[in-house]
Amino acid sequence: MKKIDLVIIGGGPAGMAAAVSAYNNGIKDILILEREESLGGILQQCIHNGFGLHKFKEELTGPEYAWKYEKQVFDLKIPFRLNAMVMNISADKQVTFACEQGESQTVQAKAIILAMGCRERSRGALNIAGTRPAGIYTAGTAQKFVNIMGYMPGKRIVILGSGDIGLIMARRMTIEGAKVEAVCEIAPYSGGLTRNIVQCLNDFDIPLKLSHTVVDIHGKERVTGVTIARVDQNRKPISGTEEYFACDTLLLSVGLIPENELAKSAGIALDKVTGGAVVDQNRETSKSGIFACGNVLHVHDLVDFVSEEAELAGHSAAKYILESDKQAEKEITFQLTENISYIVPQMLHSVQNDVIVYFRVANIFKNVIIEVRDDEKVLYKKNIKKAAPGEMECIKLNKEILRDIRGNKIYVELKQR
Amino acid sequence: MNLTCIVCPLGCELTVEKENGRVISVSGNTCPRGEKYAIGECTNPVRTLTTTARVAGGGLVSVKSDKPLPKGDLNEYMNIINQLNLAPPIHIGDILIKNINNTGIHIVATKNIKGVDYNA
Amino acid sequence: MYDIAIIGAGVVGVMIARELSKYNLSICILDKESDVSMGASKANSGIIHAGYDAKCGSLKAILNVKGSKMMKQITEELSVKYKNNGSLVIGYTDEDMSAISELYDRGVKNGVEGLEVIDKMKLKQLEPNISQNAIGALFAPTGAIVCPYELTVAAIGNAMDNGAALKLEFEVKSINLLNDYYEISSHKETMKAKYIINAAGLYADEVARMAGDDSFEIHPRKGEYLILDKEFGNLTKHTIFRVPSKMGKGILVSATVDGNLLLGPTSEDILDKEDKSTTQIGMSKVIHGALDNVPDIPLKSVITSFSGLRAVADRGDFIIEKSKTNFINIAGIESPGLSASPAIALYVVELLGEMGVSLTPKTNFKPNRKIFAADKSKYGKIICRCEHISEYEIVKAIHTNPPATNVDAVKRRTRSGMGRCQGGFCMPHVVEILARELNINFEEVTKFGGNSKITIGKTKGIS
Repeated sequence: MKKIDLVIIGGGPAGMAAAVSAYNNGIKDILILEREESLGGILQQCIHNGFGLHKFKEELTGPEYAWKYEKQVFDLKIPFRLNAMVMNISADKQVTFACEQGESQTVQAKAIILAMGCRERSRGALNIAGTRPAGIYTAGTAQKFVNIMGYMPGKRIVILGSGDIGLIMARRMTIEGAKVEAVCEIAPYSGGLTRNIVQCLNDFDIPLKLSHTVVDIHGKERVTGVTIARVDQNRKPISGTEEYFACDTLLLSVGLIPENELAKSAGIALDKVTGGAVVDQNRETSKSGIFACGNVLHVHDLVDFVSEEAELAGHSAAKYILESDKQAEKEITFQLTENISYIVPQMLHSVQNDVIVYFRVANIFKNVIIEVRDDEKVLYKKNIKKAAPGEMECIKLNKEILRDIRGNKIYVELKQR
Repeated sequence: MNLTCIVCPLGCELTVEKENGRVISVSGNTCPRGEKYAIGECTNPVRTLTTTARVAGGGLVSVKSDKPLPKGDLNEYMNIINQLNLAPPIHIGDILIKNINNTGIHIVATKNIKGVDYNA
Repeated sequence: MYDIAIIGAGVVGVMIARELSKYNLSICILDKESDVSMGASKANSGIIHAGYDAKCGSLKAILNVKGSKMMKQITEELSVKYKNNGSLVIGYTDEDMSAISELYDRGVKNGVEGLEVIDKMKLKQLEPNISQNAIGALFAPTGAIVCPYELTVAAIGNAMDNGAALKLEFEVKSINLLNDYYEISSHKETMKAKYIINAAGLYADEVARMAGDDSFEIHPRKGEYLILDKEFGNLTKHTIFRVPSKMGKGILVSATVDGNLLLGPTSEDILDKEDKSTTQIGMSKVIHGALDNVPDIPLKSVITSFSGLRAVADRGDFIIEKSKTNFINIAGIESPGLSASPAIALYVVELLGEMGVSLTPKTNFKPNRKIFAADKSKYGKIICRCEHISEYEIVKAIHTNPPATNVDAVKRRTRSGMGRCQGGFCMPHVVEILARELNINFEEVTKFGGNSKITIGKTKGIS
């Protein structure tokens, strides 16, 4: 069986950044396995801008951001295979992948980085009643049709979900000649960036119906319309508030789910809230030598943070491969108050550097304090003017503070001021 | 007048005071770009355009305006861009349409296209 | 001129076609849809019932028991999935238990083997996740599960390999008896056949009327289902039933042969034969019904829902009989139609023999359907990530009898699009492959024929 030092699953922004980082930290024997026909991952179809403001101090479109890393992969001659779908990873790091030429191959890796990204929640998972005609697509699938393949999924659109992908597609479909009748959002607030509400909805007079959801889909062969209804505080449709919208397409932008089937097959522990692996500050999972980064670990808002996280994972994987002695490590876990949905990393092992932790709050909060403490004292405090579930927060914890922890728990609390 | 700044993902809520059609004060911005945006939005609203253009033989290239374009003429720009039928190879940054609609702003490629496959 | 025309390419029609393809007869199957198995045959529970449910002496009872005994061999010949997982009818009250005792007696009289009434303890051993409130059950070890559309596709494929013809998008509009043959016409085409077998499901009454027989009526009875992620396919070891009522066998919980968990169906009489919508109320009923039996069902793991329409005749039992000249009706084939289908086929062949059809067996009948190798490691580029389906398999499905010509047909043959992401990733690729293999424009590719086009045209407004 062929041996490869580092196998990276996924050649999108996470996989590429991890590869370059591992290379720069001394690992040359790398293989990136990418299932699509090119590197770049989902960025290739995200032709809008807004990427790279943090990382490169310029506003780039998705493909341009991807190119920043593709170029490095090409220049450094980091090996990669396209049209290669990983079918299985074993707990002892054997990676099996199908490739274009026929028979699938298995390689033995010293370390693996999971960078498979995420998939979209489907109509079926939402239990939307009605018929099953053509014309019901997730926003990402519609984006692929429009931006990669050059085909319009429909002419008259209703979008369910006001996260960024839904908003971006509202604009995209409109400028390509479709009519977007409405964007519905089940929450009382939009999940997307305010700038996108302005430049994707307001600019085109597309109505945003908050606290609404789709309750019925009509049409025999192709969608002919949807029925939407207002929802109560428990997000249940209110009888009598139904409204019919004629349309030929329903686009769904209702959630991203980290694509962790391979992690499951390797027996890696997953976080119930993020859907991704449980990791330490090095992005190492519960299986020694298997790391995770990017959307497969937790769904990010900005690709800039994906790259940062991937660089960290690449560095950690390189260190893992190069260092032979692995000592027993002190494990510290994070405990959260209920108003914080999740934190990544979920734990720390033998802290040597500053650690940036990422978390999401469970609701919209104004004028709050984040307090980080151990069993004895407050370690860190930060005022936050406005926090929302749609905007991932991050705080940096200094290595001196972290090395000095009493006990093995760190409490992260969100308190009203 | 209230506006949300769109220059960066922060989305500051801006308050603009106008008198006789001219902006006299902007508040709520976290950086000077916000003030500039508010003034611009009141006098000449502009938006960066991102879309796709046809590549000869099939396939698409993603494109953008290299600066924000006057918002009102969006249909014009789309019509012009949609007439393109570009011959590969195309490189990121190549100017595909110079000075679109006399704005002084160019439409540039944001993806490399080698052959006729998309994504190649 | 065909010897036999079969109207309806559902599981019954295709089993008959396959049976007839064993003889020196020219056969043509007609269906109004763009693919086979588009009616109840693709939207049912997939259960091969043990046969204790139907009234003694009825066609339902006789043909169910007979058909279910034949099913294992047929699935082997056709290389389709079959699992003898056994059935349990769960009792919660003394009333339930006496109904179960009746089912037991009926089953024995119907010729069902291995039936047993079991107590709570044995039930818990057989089925650890069953509700604590269950007090006993009827255990039917001969119950099994299949994938009903996989079976239908394979059966017609095998019939076609043995010479049968298939005409899709042929909606029968008129039937005329001329001298000694029938002229059967759609809007576009006319074909001739000496004998007609009416297996037209929901529309069997309308087809019969075209031939001058108005002796029965069919009305639709909707059943809604939910499917859960494969992660929970082994929540139950057997197919779990409740005590049946007048409206049907009730909401069951069962693994599917593909490893998903299936919940449903509801049972609701409706008027519109084309109304296959799911409803909020229906899906809610499925959930509650299923949770009663297996309280730990993780509803967050629902991946899709669908509904099917049973063809219910106004006569109470299967209608399988000679009608007008050289015309046989097979109507009202609701449950246990799937289980009975191979036995229905034999029965129909007997009827045809009685009607004077010369049944000379072919010497070169090929009972086994060859499938492309099951070794997935040889298949190259993977298109459907969730179910690990390769491009090779999809291309094969497009070119193997019966050929797939749209996205749903590819889905039924390969399972591409049936996984967790429900086609989010693979569907555009499947559209591309269909366009290429069928040599049609991308924007002409449909979901299931007719006007169900996936895309409406190119971007940039250029057609």
